[in-house]
Amino acid sequence: MSVDATIVRKIASLARIAASEEEVAALVPELNNILGWVEQLGEVDTDGIEPMTAVIPNTLRLREDKITDGDIRDKVLANAPQAEHGFFTVPKVIE
Amino acid sequence: MTNATDLTVAEIRDGFRDGEFTAREIAEEFVAAVEAGRALNTFIVETPEHALAAADAADQERESGAVRPLSGVPLGIKDLFCTEGVQTTAASHILEGFVPTYESTITERLFLAGAGMLGKLNMDQFAMGSSNETSYFGNVLSPWRRNDGGNAALAPGGSSGGSSAAIAARMVPAATGTDTGGSIRQPAAFTGICGIKPTYGRCSRWGVVAFASSLDQAGPMARDVRDCAILLEAMSGFDRKDATSLDVPVPAWEAALNGSLKGKTIGIPKEYRVDNMPAEIDALWERGIALVKDAGAEVVEVSLPHTHYALPTYYIIAPAEASSNLARYDGVRYGLRDLPEGANLQDMYAATRADGFGPEVKRRIMIGTYVLSAGFYDAYYTKAQKVRALIARDFEQAFETVDLLLTPTAPSAAFALGEKSDDPLAMYLNDVFTVPASLAGLPAMSVPAGLDAQGLPLGLQIIGKPLDEQGVLDAGLAIEQRAGFTARPDPWW
Repeated sequence: MSVDATIVRKIASLARIAASEEEVAALVPELNNILGWVEQLGEVDTDGIEPMTAVIPNTLRLREDKITDGDIRDKVLANAPQAEHGFFTVPKVIE
Repeated sequence: MTNATDLTVAEIRDGFRDGEFTAREIAEEFVAAVEAGRALNTFIVETPEHALAAADAADQERESGAVRPLSGVPLGIKDLFCTEGVQTTAASHILEGFVPTYESTITERLFLAGAGMLGKLNMDQFAMGSSNETSYFGNVLSPWRRNDGGNAALAPGGSSGGSSAAIAARMVPAATGTDTGGSIRQPAAFTGICGIKPTYGRCSRWGVVAFASSLDQAGPMARDVRDCAILLEAMSGFDRKDATSLDVPVPAWEAALNGSLKGKTIGIPKEYRVDNMPAEIDALWERGIALVKDAGAEVVEVSLPHTHYALPTYYIIAPAEASSNLARYDGVRYGLRDLPEGANLQDMYAATRADGFGPEVKRRIMIGTYVLSAGFYDAYYTKAQKVRALIARDFEQAFETVDLLLTPTAPSAAFALGEKSDDPLAMYLNDVFTVPASLAGLPAMSVPAGLDAQGLPLGLQIIGKPLDEQGVLDAGLAIEQRAGFTARPDPWW
């Protein structure tokens, strides 16, 4: 499988990264080079192999359903590029 | 007193306890070394006030007879660890100015143990790189130079390149690192120091800026094996704030250190004899085999048949996880915001991320986004997770007959800055020997074992069974005791 400029533009859009036409043109061969290389995995017989989900066997823990954190609004907002009235603010999304 | 900056962590700790010097004296020497070493660009932020305050606290406590495990020891902290009140950037523009309001579990443990912080160490951006050339804050220079009389600037390795360079230059006695595919071990090898990546789950990932969560592990980097054991003990332990943290006891690794390998069997994986392996690396490996035999180990050849597929597997899984983890950088909650005139929310996200991420980070996010996208998920990501299972199974089978594995850490000595930075694939191939253990979550360490013809350090890697950090450290000690590695870079900075 290989990518062209249209697909690269689509990936950039899905990844929410603005890319100029020059950047897209440069990324096409770069990504194809990497994708061509990883495709050698196709040689490996993986029939009947379960995909790995946890590298070291571990059990998911449960805890009491009790609040253990919170009430730190100002700390949460401390690094916001823009915050007003105790909220994060963003450009208007509804006209 | 000998030069304070030549002391190891153990020597500082013990000398401080014995009253040979004050913590303040030690901290001041290292603060001065950090200032004198600015040409190497190892620090993004220097925090002399933190190191000195911890030292003063240690001195006061000692007066009243109380000494903590790391009292008097100043450390460097990789800029991937969130530090309360101190800028944490992961060496990316997108986090420039981010000042965490909380402390990572690892740094909290180290500070509670009495350690101070000399500053935040430079690194590859978001830990993505093998040469420290992807940092937004400039390249780190290795303190090492080739013995050819040239002054070529060499890579300190990556991604923990600020950590490795600062330790090798004796600006810090030790530092934290993180390792996703080799980011502790390869820079350790390039700079003639030690570094251990513990079993996945030993060190809490809480407060560590995430790259690829199923692979990311923190660990210590230091000048010798004992110091790695000391620091790993302080860093390890169960943390309920990390869902993958292992709830197992932390052994007293330092106290149990033993450089005899009698009764141990060490495997030499034949698939690590890659094509075009430089003769010097092969010779280093042979020397390592002789050293562990001298320490009493039996050495046998083993097979890890899927080794060849580890790198392509890694370069699907790590970017996939990164593309997901790095979705959080949106210009809303923290870090950079780029809001072009008249832009809507979507434009703001795209502009912020285009401006804030470096080229290698964007490349990996794009690869990750592609392999996770509808229609390609199974062909790439699920396939890679299956091959990862086979790679882990290879190790399990090998460990049925051997206790440890011995390999070179990297396929070459340090390369020059700029030598590989134009070719992402050439750079990725640097991790050929370190990535397989990462994919299997195994403890692995690099110890310096010799110099190449150009006078640059080379490292050997020991890989152990899950949770057998002791075995790894012991084999590291056995090599260290016999390799007689005393080389250090001549200060030119």
